[in-house]
Amino acid sequence: MQENKHVITMLVDNEPGVLARVVGLFGGRGFNIESLCVAETVTTGISRITIVTKANPPVVEQIEKQLNKLINIVKVRDLTHEDAVKREMALICVKASPEYRAEILRIVDIFRCKVVDVGLEHFIIEVTGDEGKLTALLNLLKPMGIKKIARTGTIALMREPK
Amino acid sequence: MEMTGAQILMAVLEEQGVDTIFGFPGGAVIDIYDELVKTDIRHILVRHEQGAVHAADGYARASGRPGVCLVTSGPGATNTVTGIATAYMDSIPMVVITGQVPTHLIGNDAFQEVDITGITRPCTKHNYLVKSVDDLARVLREAFYIAMSGRPGPVLVDIPKDVANAHTRWNDNPQIRIKSYQPNYKPNMKQLKKVVGLIKKAKRPLLFGGGGLILSNAAEAFTEFARQTRTPVTTSLMGLGAFPGSDPLWLGMIGMHGTYRANMSAGNCDLLIAIGVRFDDRVTGKIDTFAGKAKIVHIDIDPTSIRKNVQVAVPVVGGCRESLEKLNALIAEEQIDNFDERHQEWLQQIDEWKAQFRMAYDQGETVIKPQFVIDKLFELTKGQAIVTTEVGQNQMWAAQFYHFDGPRQFITSGGLGTMGFGLPAAIGAKAACPDRQVVDIAGDGSIQMNIQEMATAVQSCLPVKIVILNNGYLGMVRQWQELFYDRRYACTLMDHQPDFVKLADAYGALGLRATRPDEVEKVLQEGLASDRTVIMDFVVEKEESVYPMVPAGANITEMLLV
Repeated sequence: MQENKHVITMLVDNEPGVLARVVGLFGGRGFNIESLCVAETVTTGISRITIVTKANPPVVEQIEKQLNKLINIVKVRDLTHEDAVKREMALICVKASPEYRAEILRIVDIFRCKVVDVGLEHFIIEVTGDEGKLTALLNLLKPMGIKKIARTGTIALMREPK
Repeated sequence: MEMTGAQILMAVLEEQGVDTIFGFPGGAVIDIYDELVKTDIRHILVRHEQGAVHAADGYARASGRPGVCLVTSGPGATNTVTGIATAYMDSIPMVVITGQVPTHLIGNDAFQEVDITGITRPCTKHNYLVKSVDDLARVLREAFYIAMSGRPGPVLVDIPKDVANAHTRWNDNPQIRIKSYQPNYKPNMKQLKKVVGLIKKAKRPLLFGGGGLILSNAAEAFTEFARQTRTPVTTSLMGLGAFPGSDPLWLGMIGMHGTYRANMSAGNCDLLIAIGVRFDDRVTGKIDTFAGKAKIVHIDIDPTSIRKNVQVAVPVVGGCRESLEKLNALIAEEQIDNFDERHQEWLQQIDEWKAQFRMAYDQGETVIKPQFVIDKLFELTKGQAIVTTEVGQNQMWAAQFYHFDGPRQFITSGGLGTMGFGLPAAIGAKAACPDRQVVDIAGDGSIQMNIQEMATAVQSCLPVKIVILNNGYLGMVRQWQELFYDRRYACTLMDHQPDFVKLADAYGALGLRATRPDEVEKVLQEGLASDRTVIMDFVVEKEESVYPMVPAGANITEMLLV
């Protein structure tokens, strides 16, 4: 059966061990995690976890049900096919030798990202966007030489009705 | 009113109606024990913490009330893990209280420290580490509520020593509300009407019940449903007792060691109504062909059970009892009176299967057949005993040859298959039902896994009866080796065993032995009549196997019959 990427978002009680329960569930049942983001919401005691997973439809159904079964999970939603905003952020440290500096800045401009650190031999570029944008940017920067990278993984939010 | 953590624990236990707990003291729970002895709660001192959890489990299965155990930190806590996993797999309501090192030492590798909430996270329904005495009452009440509601299960509460000693104001309001946990018992009526629609069309329906029926006290509604619709019934191992074993609609257990007619019925039915089951691999055999000719209805309280292993035509999320009661009402409303006529051909076919292969064995004059012992036990207890089992051949023969007429009568580790379960579980069942005859059907291998609990039974005056089917082998594994590994009996021979009669005597119990078929009845009579804990050692046929048998992964209708 075809495995597809799914973006699953959930609200959880902000208690010790909750993340371990979620991650343990994925590990113990052989579900896959491509990326994972956790942070507090504005409601006291509630955090949001966003997980990107790759699975076939019956497995995705099990993932949602099993997550719902955990006592500390308030709400689970699969945003993959929903009208949702999905973004991730990356910090990319790219080699910036004199002959490439102008080219890198042109790319930064085209992708509307920011240079947040600069040195004689490098730029650190901050970029946000959907997965496609980050992949495209990385493909353009690879030939210059990427020294280091840190990515957040996807976060997502349903759009409000217009 | 100001109270210590230990006093709060006692107050909540009493508020929750706990009358018995199973445990083993230690440094981290010494303050809790000091309070415990001031209450009316009965404490049963086990000889190993695993025994405490299995006993609490047996207590819960026999009574329907949550089992409670109390153990110390570190090794006390880790020793509970097998018992907790056993209860988790079979959805048994239980609250396990573990001591923990004082909060300021947590994470320091202190003496007898272990991260028990971390260890038990995947095998509890939920667990808590209580860091403040202010949370203790709420946590304990939540623990009982979570253990008992929805799909039940074990909940662990880890209480650091300083929390047990700290003072706080006692809150006597037992109300709790867990925002993120609200089990749904009410089935969707639209779905139930679809089920009735399928029932009306079916020519070859089969009812398949499981442990969920027992847990939700649905046996009566289930029996009414089967009789009202004239539908033949099978159950999983966990469901035995949910339908009377003496009813003509009863087919026997389904699965790897199920009856011929139950497995054939599953393979040939056109409608399978599955209630409170989870389609375990020991039931379905090859999953792709299981009930291949049938539309499947699956009713269960736990949404994760539905469509986990099999695709179903009509899923119903709801309590087993609530759903069955609604279904019974719907069917009564419809006033269908031709079920007999419509199922006649099907019931005839099932009778033919029954005639083709009956559960049978050949009891000769010299060697005792294990099945014969259970047959006689059934006869002499008039089918009324609470039977616990160990795991392996003893368990399967008990399931096949003791015919259970009521729920909470058969107590066995189904999901996890825990050897050493039967004796402590029998002790727990006896504590819950002191007036019932409680018999542990054991093998000579598995009885030794928790044999130390003999001392518990004797000290606590819980006279359980242990029937050992002694074949000198780890019989179920030996059977697999015989059938699938060219009789290479790798490490399954136990040619040195203790003398179980002397062992019983050493524990202050009664030991009896039968080596010939004509001694079986006498030993059983004497053992059952005794008011002491008794080990009855039956020296049985060494290489007897359990049949029918569906080889692992084979189609359920492809059984080895002899």
